[in-house]
Amino acid sequence: MYIDTDFLIIGGGTAGCWAALNFRKYSDARVLIAEKADIKRSGCLAAGVNALNAYIAPGKKPQDYVDYARADAEGIARGDLLLTMAEGLNRAAGKLEELGLTILKDEHGQYVTRGWRNVKINGENIKPILAKAVLARKNITVLNRVNVFEYIVKDNRILGAYAIAVDEPVMYVISAKAVLCATGGASGLYKPNHPGFSRHKLWYPPFNTGAGYAMGIRARAEMTTLEMRFIALRCKDTIAPTGTLAQGVGAKQINSAGEVYEDKYGITTSQRLHGTVMENLSGRGPCYLKTKGITKEQEMDLVKAYLNMAPSQSLRWLESGQLPSVKNVEIEGTEPYITGGHAAAGYWVDTNRKTTVRGLFAAGDVAGGCPQKYVTGALAEGEIAARAAAKYMGEKTPQLNTNEAEAVKQFLEGSGGVNVSFTVDDLEEEMQAVMDKYAGGIGTSYRFSEASLKIADEKIQELEKQSNLISATDMQELVYLLELKERLTLCRSLIVHLSVGKETEYYINSRLENGRISVILRPLVREGEVYEH
Amino acid sequence: MSIEIRHDLCTACGRCSLICPGSLIKFKEKKAVIPHPERCWGCASCIKECPSEAIALFLGRDIGGLGGRMTVRREGSLLHWTVTMPDSSSQTVTINSRDANKY
Repeated sequence: MYIDTDFLIIGGGTAGCWAALNFRKYSDARVLIAEKADIKRSGCLAAGVNALNAYIAPGKKPQDYVDYARADAEGIARGDLLLTMAEGLNRAAGKLEELGLTILKDEHGQYVTRGWRNVKINGENIKPILAKAVLARKNITVLNRVNVFEYIVKDNRILGAYAIAVDEPVMYVISAKAVLCATGGASGLYKPNHPGFSRHKLWYPPFNTGAGYAMGIRARAEMTTLEMRFIALRCKDTIAPTGTLAQGVGAKQINSAGEVYEDKYGITTSQRLHGTVMENLSGRGPCYLKTKGITKEQEMDLVKAYLNMAPSQSLRWLESGQLPSVKNVEIEGTEPYITGGHAAAGYWVDTNRKTTVRGLFAAGDVAGGCPQKYVTGALAEGEIAARAAAKYMGEKTPQLNTNEAEAVKQFLEGSGGVNVSFTVDDLEEEMQAVMDKYAGGIGTSYRFSEASLKIADEKIQELEKQSNLISATDMQELVYLLELKERLTLCRSLIVHLSVGKETEYYINSRLENGRISVILRPLVREGEVYEH
Repeated sequence: MSIEIRHDLCTACGRCSLICPGSLIKFKEKKAVIPHPERCWGCASCIKECPSEAIALFLGRDIGGLGGRMTVRREGSLLHWTVTMPDSSSQTVTINSRDANKY
């Protein structure tokens, strides 16, 4: 099926929905959101969120946010991106409230902040609120249950994308003047905490497979900072957030002897995790957040807060009867994820969120160089990208070559064709085991060596070959097969980034050239500068 | 962490199937089914969407589940979350979506 639009948005999550809403302010051109699930509950916000973690409280400035986020990323973050994002954070929060999000206010009508960069909300329905606003606009078309898997690029200029329906054998050829990649980041590259029945009980959505990264890598877009993996410190088993306990009720991190260890290692996001790993390695684990002794009222507020964002934790407390006032909450590190929303991994973009492929923009978790975005930062980036895309609309786009579409169709129909004894799931499990053992997963306490990365690279390339032998039996299976290939593509680039080692004066970037991932080191960009490709 | 669908309560309205961010809920003989419960993220989107409380969330045994089933009933801006244990004892927590989290 051929579809023609002006502005194609891939992924109807946080950044994608916001870009669609904002694009209308700057342009009358047609907008199409292609979403592989349903925008009402897709993306990271499906379960809800407990707070807006990027907000600038009165008395603080956007520059304070830049300083904080850059320090947390040990200097490897783009000043221009952080500042332009930070300037939009409070506006985004205000708009969310206008759309119906509950934000806690004091008696003077001011938002109640937790620390200086966090506002308290009821975020259970945040995604339905966003989706409702999008669906209310007649001139935004939403294509749910359509999985985009490849860009159409000619002479480094984007012309659209190929997609398939999730439920029926339909291939889409979508032509567009400009494209926004807002697919989110990647989970499922590494062996998870619980590889059995609960293998998808992850921090990040298991359905965010790194499609946006993989499509960009294959289209020779430049990527940045993939080596900055995000590893979350979570409640054991339920993989529910720990910040609500640490900042909400002031629970300290303690080891099995009851000693507070967070003072020893520090309390930045990565230090909290590092401390926990070190205590475990030193034989002083398991580690806990000390909640024992909180009041019954605090406890009930916690049960409610978790129901609004991570209901599994509340279920754990309620079914066991061991609520946090009587039992400390055990914590553990997750497997690594690749995301530009918490860390800085993603597309190398200019200040306006243009990628190095002409006409292709990126926002949210898939856009690199700008960590600590969270919800409001993803929204702010969606707005910036939409404005830039609207400006770009004026450029004339070449015609699509339909012969190429026919070739893609044949590839989909004829994928594999050999009768093999292994499945997509088998290869996925093997990929996760390889990454765990040789590229720094939970199993090695996140450590790796030059030699182990070399093994990882060989094994991932071998798995890529194997994945080409598999035939899908139905559309769902085809989606899983494409997702496996996306993850393998991303793993290869990730391994290259990890091999470079730590840089403090440069960003580690990469680009596919003649079938190999080549590394490019780029000098740091400060706020106040406007970066252009 | 996964979900369980009660076929005696399912009216085959199809809402859960559309809302699941992983497209995991399918239809078989006019009832909603989840052929691969191990692929579930546990986001609870479907249990909030279901108008007949036919879907329950549970914790897998590998993450310490004790057999409790959590359902949710919507009443205006209120969400009533109920955990029912194998011995039929139950407890309900009610949240008003107009109230912000305290933490």
